[in-house]
Amino acid sequence: MDGHSLDIAHMLAGGMVLVSFMLLYQDRMFALLNVFALHAVVLSASVAWQAHIQNAPHLYVPAAIALVLKGIIIPVALHQVVIRLGIHRTIETVGGIGLTMLFGIGLVALSMVVMLRAAAAADPLAREDLAFALSVLLLGLLMMVTRRNAVSQIVGFMSLENGLILAATGARGMPLVVEISVAFSVLIAFIVIGVFLFRIRERFDSVELEVLDEFRGERR
Amino acid sequence: MTSFLSDLPFDPITTILVIPAASAMLLVLLPGYWLTARLNVLAALLTFVAALSLLVVRPAPTAYLFVDDLNVVFIVLSTFVGFTTSAFSASYIAHELEIGRLTRQYLRFYHAMYQTLMFSMNLGLLANNIGLMWVAIELATLTTVLMVGIYRTHEALEAAWKYFILGSVGIALALFGTILVYMAARPVIGEGHDAMVWTALVEKAAGFSPELLNVAFVFLMLGYGTKVGLAPLHAWLPDAHAEGPTPISAVLSGLLLNVALYALLRFKILMTANTAAFAPGPLMVTLGLVSLIFAGFMLYRRRDIKRMFAYSSIEHMGIITFAFGMGGPLANFAGLMHMTMHSLTKSAIFYAVGHISQAKGTQKIAEIRGLTESHPVLGWGLVMGVVAIAGLPPMGIFMSEFLIVSSTFARQPLLALLVVFGLLIAFGALLLRLNEIAFGKPIGSSAPVEASYVPLFAHLGLVLAAGIYLPTPLVAWFQGVARLLG
Repeated sequence: MDGHSLDIAHMLAGGMVLVSFMLLYQDRMFALLNVFALHAVVLSASVAWQAHIQNAPHLYVPAAIALVLKGIIIPVALHQVVIRLGIHRTIETVGGIGLTMLFGIGLVALSMVVMLRAAAAADPLAREDLAFALSVLLLGLLMMVTRRNAVSQIVGFMSLENGLILAATGARGMPLVVEISVAFSVLIAFIVIGVFLFRIRERFDSVELEVLDEFRGERR
Repeated sequence: MTSFLSDLPFDPITTILVIPAASAMLLVLLPGYWLTARLNVLAALLTFVAALSLLVVRPAPTAYLFVDDLNVVFIVLSTFVGFTTSAFSASYIAHELEIGRLTRQYLRFYHAMYQTLMFSMNLGLLANNIGLMWVAIELATLTTVLMVGIYRTHEALEAAWKYFILGSVGIALALFGTILVYMAARPVIGEGHDAMVWTALVEKAAGFSPELLNVAFVFLMLGYGTKVGLAPLHAWLPDAHAEGPTPISAVLSGLLLNVALYALLRFKILMTANTAAFAPGPLMVTLGLVSLIFAGFMLYRRRDIKRMFAYSSIEHMGIITFAFGMGGPLANFAGLMHMTMHSLTKSAIFYAVGHISQAKGTQKIAEIRGLTESHPVLGWGLVMGVVAIAGLPPMGIFMSEFLIVSSTFARQPLLALLVVFGLLIAFGALLLRLNEIAFGKPIGSSAPVEASYVPLFAHLGLVLAAGIYLPTPLVAWFQGVARLLG
């Protein structure tokens, strides 16, 4: 494997971390969905590049799934959902962007320290891929924690899951990778079609999750 | 006997998986309540019989599925409780249909989902491949999410959403851990499928990179620990138990938590096989103790009867995780025993609670009083169940808790004191509430309810019998498994 192919793999994986940061501060629904689509496209390119340099044609399948399902179909569907729910004009309060970004930087540093040390014996491609993947995963988690809107939480979860696919493809020769990504994508499609979104909306007249919290049954 | 059985015309492992999968497909197609409920029971019974045959025949491991002494315990327990719960569910759901809480259209879906859940749990337990095991547990999570939300009330939707989000994050972390285990195994076993097969992993674990295994175990512990319901990752558990249909609460508490625990135990074996990696015990002991004591205190504040017993499940999963974390033949034996007893008792309690809340039309503890007077059989059944779960003699849980505490005293007296403290706290809360619910002047409806008492008393009878006398072959079997766990 020559230096250039490694550099490109790093650039694409690092690009995902960057887009994850962009997701953190989007406060408008449509902008959020567009950035998420970008996230999926970068993932798809990264997986396709891995397929190319690892000489593993079966990896083109998850790359195609990421591009079609997560880069196009899901963002478009969520777009429609957002319009039908009537929340496309809402500006979400993503309290304390500066603090969230700092926290995100901390998480990336943490995953670098942990993974680069733990996987010191592995080949550089896999090692750095894992470090980037863990960063994307933790940033997705951070996004889910800071958001209070059901749609944004789903986007956060899907970006987290993109990190997992990145990790799975970086692990050379990992079997079942296709199956796992398909299983996960089914899961995603299942949420997005969002039995829930509409039901929550129908019951609570809002998709703000704070409204849900009041119905604990015990708080009263 | 064995030679005759080894010529069985069918392969027990395949049968255990095919029956629930095929019946799930069949149940989706069939209309009507009477037929589907009975088919559901029949399928669960057949699966249980197939699981029993694993006690005498031991098929050779394949690349995807295998049976050893450890997972047989889980499979037999799981299929048995699956069978009794399907019998309870038949009478419970009939009542829900009558009062219109469930519509017939959802019923088909309910029975199909029940069998899908059985299938995925059995697959998770039988999997010889860490990826396959993960997929199975994910499938089990998704089916239960759908079942929890089936009533479509505010509370049910909130519970399902919370369960979904927390459960999927947990399962995602577990996948990351699984990938790391593969990364650790790859240099030793080689690329591809073999590096995810249990039997190969355990054999070669000594050569894996300990640093990678350490990080992997932390992720697996957080991920599968969420599914076990360990505090502070337990937030989904009380809601999911309280708002779904009661048969699902019984299956969640009695079985699904065990399946996640089984996954953790497998990875614990892997960690112990590699001497350079950190010992997983202390992490499990800590999380177990935190869950035990936290849940003990939380029990006092419950106003909803199903939610209360959900917290009691967190408490007991804490005790079990603690016992396995301590390790050693005696503590492992006690942990296995406690797990079995807890599954039987907790599902029995949920059977009783399900019929009680149907009879009284509420789950609020304040509105349920004097059960032993208004519904003597259910009331005394609940009393017996709570006596068992609180750890009073002569029930089986007393014995396993006694074993856990005494074996800990011999090694770490301070930890044993903490366990006793947690047990006493929970004991106080349970008896306090039991006194209110079961005795005193009855409030609310005293109308008789059509209930199925057989599953309830069958479970309690087994727990009582285990408390009085454990058959020697069973003890020998559990001891063998305890040694396997290290």
